[in-house]
Amino acid sequence: MSSVPEYSGPFGKEQAERLLWRAGFGAKSGEAEALAKLGFKHAVHALTRPAPYQLVGPAPTADGGRPLSPTAVLGDDHLSWLDRMVRTTAPLIERMTLIWHSWFATSNQGVASQQLMLNQVDMFRGNALGSFADLLTNVTTDPAMLIWLNGNQNVKSHPNENYAREMMELFSLGADRGAYTETDVREQARALTGWTGGVNRGIIGSFTFNPNLHDNGTKTIFGRSGNYAWQDSVDLCLAHPLHASFFVTKLWSYFVPAPPDRATAGALQSLYTTTGFKIHPVVEAILQHPDFYSSPRMVKSPVVLNAGLLRTIGRPIDTAVWAALGASAGQQLFYPPDVGGWDYTRWLDTATWRARWFIVALAAATNPPGVSPAAPAQLVEAAVSFWGQPALSDQTEALLLSFAESQLKRKASPVDVETALRRLVASSPDLQTA
Amino acid sequence: MTFAGCRDCNRTEHLRRAVAEAGRGLPGIEPGMPMPAGTGLTRRDFVSRAAGLALGIYGGSLLPAGAFEAGIAAAAGAPPRNVLVVVYLSGGIDGLSVLFPAGDPMYYQLRPNIALAQTAGSSFTQDGRLRWHPAAGGLATLHAEGKVSVIPAIGYADNDESHFTSRHYWEVGATDATLRTGWLGRYLDHAGTPDNPLQGLSLDVALQPALATVTMPVATLQAADQYTFAPPGLPPHPLEASMLQEAANIGAAHAASTDTGLSTAGSIALESHHLYSELSSFTYGFNSPVPYPSSSDPFPHRLAGLAAMIGAGLPLEVATITSPGHFDTHAGQAQALAGGLQLTSDALLAFQRDLEARGIANRVLVYVWSEFGRRAAENASGGTDHGSAGIGFLIGTRASGQMIGAFPGVTGGLNSLGNVAPTADFRAVYSAILEQWLGTDANAILPGVAAFDRPKLLT
Repeated sequence: MSSVPEYSGPFGKEQAERLLWRAGFGAKSGEAEALAKLGFKHAVHALTRPAPYQLVGPAPTADGGRPLSPTAVLGDDHLSWLDRMVRTTAPLIERMTLIWHSWFATSNQGVASQQLMLNQVDMFRGNALGSFADLLTNVTTDPAMLIWLNGNQNVKSHPNENYAREMMELFSLGADRGAYTETDVREQARALTGWTGGVNRGIIGSFTFNPNLHDNGTKTIFGRSGNYAWQDSVDLCLAHPLHASFFVTKLWSYFVPAPPDRATAGALQSLYTTTGFKIHPVVEAILQHPDFYSSPRMVKSPVVLNAGLLRTIGRPIDTAVWAALGASAGQQLFYPPDVGGWDYTRWLDTATWRARWFIVALAAATNPPGVSPAAPAQLVEAAVSFWGQPALSDQTEALLLSFAESQLKRKASPVDVETALRRLVASSPDLQTA
Repeated sequence: MTFAGCRDCNRTEHLRRAVAEAGRGLPGIEPGMPMPAGTGLTRRDFVSRAAGLALGIYGGSLLPAGAFEAGIAAAAGAPPRNVLVVVYLSGGIDGLSVLFPAGDPMYYQLRPNIALAQTAGSSFTQDGRLRWHPAAGGLATLHAEGKVSVIPAIGYADNDESHFTSRHYWEVGATDATLRTGWLGRYLDHAGTPDNPLQGLSLDVALQPALATVTMPVATLQAADQYTFAPPGLPPHPLEASMLQEAANIGAAHAASTDTGLSTAGSIALESHHLYSELSSFTYGFNSPVPYPSSSDPFPHRLAGLAAMIGAGLPLEVATITSPGHFDTHAGQAQALAGGLQLTSDALLAFQRDLEARGIANRVLVYVWSEFGRRAAENASGGTDHGSAGIGFLIGTRASGQMIGAFPGVTGGLNSLGNVAPTADFRAVYSAILEQWLGTDANAILPGVAAFDRPKLLT
């Protein structure tokens, strides 16, 4: 078994910033430099092998100090998760949770229970870097998923193929790869029969397996026959020869914009299968791969941008506006667009860019400068410091400076110039990507 | 102004505001309150370059924005369809003022302080007892041309006098508090297309419940010039224009970067600023062939924009709009009613003239409704309380111009609660609109309407 290639280039502030933004929620002032000082491996391990999870800082509120009611108030679900992203000491756990939310994309639009949605995401969080076998097993009988993909209506007399199809197409094997046939979908659905439960007028019922509704006949799945039940459905997908390649390619795509080369993909697959479907070694290998550092920049997702900006400036969740802006920017937590999850390659259009401008402007309105320096370079320096001194491209830096110069020449107040510069820094392509 | 006897006015107002503020879907409802149509639909903002409009889209969430762009373009190329415009008069307008029974002595007994003078306004040719309110001259003009069908007592038996509940019934098209889709939304789910959100257009900040769908996308539009960059809740930035220009400059500096991430982010910043520049000088992007009343209320301008959109061939099918004024006239009715009615009536006249000038009047039918009428007897505050049957209109060159249901009179026409009893059921009128104007079997859209006789609506 060949090993996964490892990055051996320089590891300075720039690389550390990318690591913190792609595997977490940005860098506070000095954080990237401190991480760089640890050296490459230790820096990656700081993220992939975190100390026990903690939330630090003030508890989240909506406007006027109203405490959040994540299970009851529309939007508070989004805010409460955004708060975890802002305050966690283990950002990669939260990033992975977000990945599983998009991987097993379940929307409250179909579930209609914020409680069940939060429970599902808690389950993802608990397995965030653990075992994919556990994740797939748990999600198959997760109440929100049972409702979302009609697993609770899949009974012997009327099999419902919805979950059976998506567990193979989107969760474990992939479409159009020759991994399964339509007959496999139908037979998997039979194996998955028997789960019941639902939400009636807001009351969450119990979600249980009813053997009387389960099809006890022989099913033939992937060419093998047996009296399969739901656990077998899961195991058959995991044991499928095309599962590991699906898993590593999909997981890779959240961290690196171009697919892995054949050798890398093969090595990652071996790593995944020999460790028994463990997520942690694969993620660690991806974060140590040369492509992670040499690939083009990736557009930050709206909640990653939002949480990262707040984390950078140390601002707690104190307004409900982030939920509405998340929706306008194309990522309302607990409401992925469909079971395929968010398209991480298409965050930007003219409407979502406008919402990002609002996110930036509202975050930038924290701690307005009382007095601003009157020299253009110092104004730019103050605005860049506000966002924790991120590395900027020369072009961006030059345009910020010329903006400050021309505005001061036109007698604009330095405070206005500084607040404008804050928005320009955070809306620049440099900070919209990582 | 006090709202004597209106227990749920504040609640209704609160919900209206909540909708406006949230701007995305309908408000959550307290336990025990009837569910409004459409709860749970999420909103996405989308700027259509094909249509030149900044839309809020509800539903159709499986589709990427590009599909809407293509869908709107494809639908715009299809043969033109009939358009239904639904105008809501908020608060329960007093039908006994809009067309007042000057010839019925009981009217003057019941309303000693607020009755209109026997010679006020203009005569109504189809019922000698009635006269048009002086502020309803626009409607009277169109009626004289045979373009208005008056429904003088529309409602439903044993009506609910709650604004919220009664409006809900009208929005969903059934006396069912649990229905969550609108009557027009269900029509679009039945007959609409999955990629054209303009088929159901709410000219408002938030979706009108009548348009709430399950599967098909619908849209809201406040104004074509809503693509602005003033962040919500912040004071205007003194350097806004130059700051936005600089954000575009920074984008432009990266648009040709060899790094695909930087070039994508740079290009979008630049494109967004282009669009912003185009739309900010756009002001609906139309010229109206006729003058509209000038007002701070957006209603006339929205109607003008609607005529222009239909005229430009945009694929609209059903549009909803709320009229100016709040007609919940529990006190000081004479004054409270006249302003809103005047502007509504004048703007509807201008809209009709606009459609005629554009040569598209035969394709458009306007339906005007309110959640109930008001008590026949005045109250102690110079106003009227919630009643039963109210007034409605169908307007257009294709409208029959004949009354739908007779005016029952205040002498002998009131129910035991002192309210005007209905002579037309709103569900029968909806059925007739669906079948005769939109060409769909109403039984597939509205529950339990098989037994209703459909009035003849068109010439």
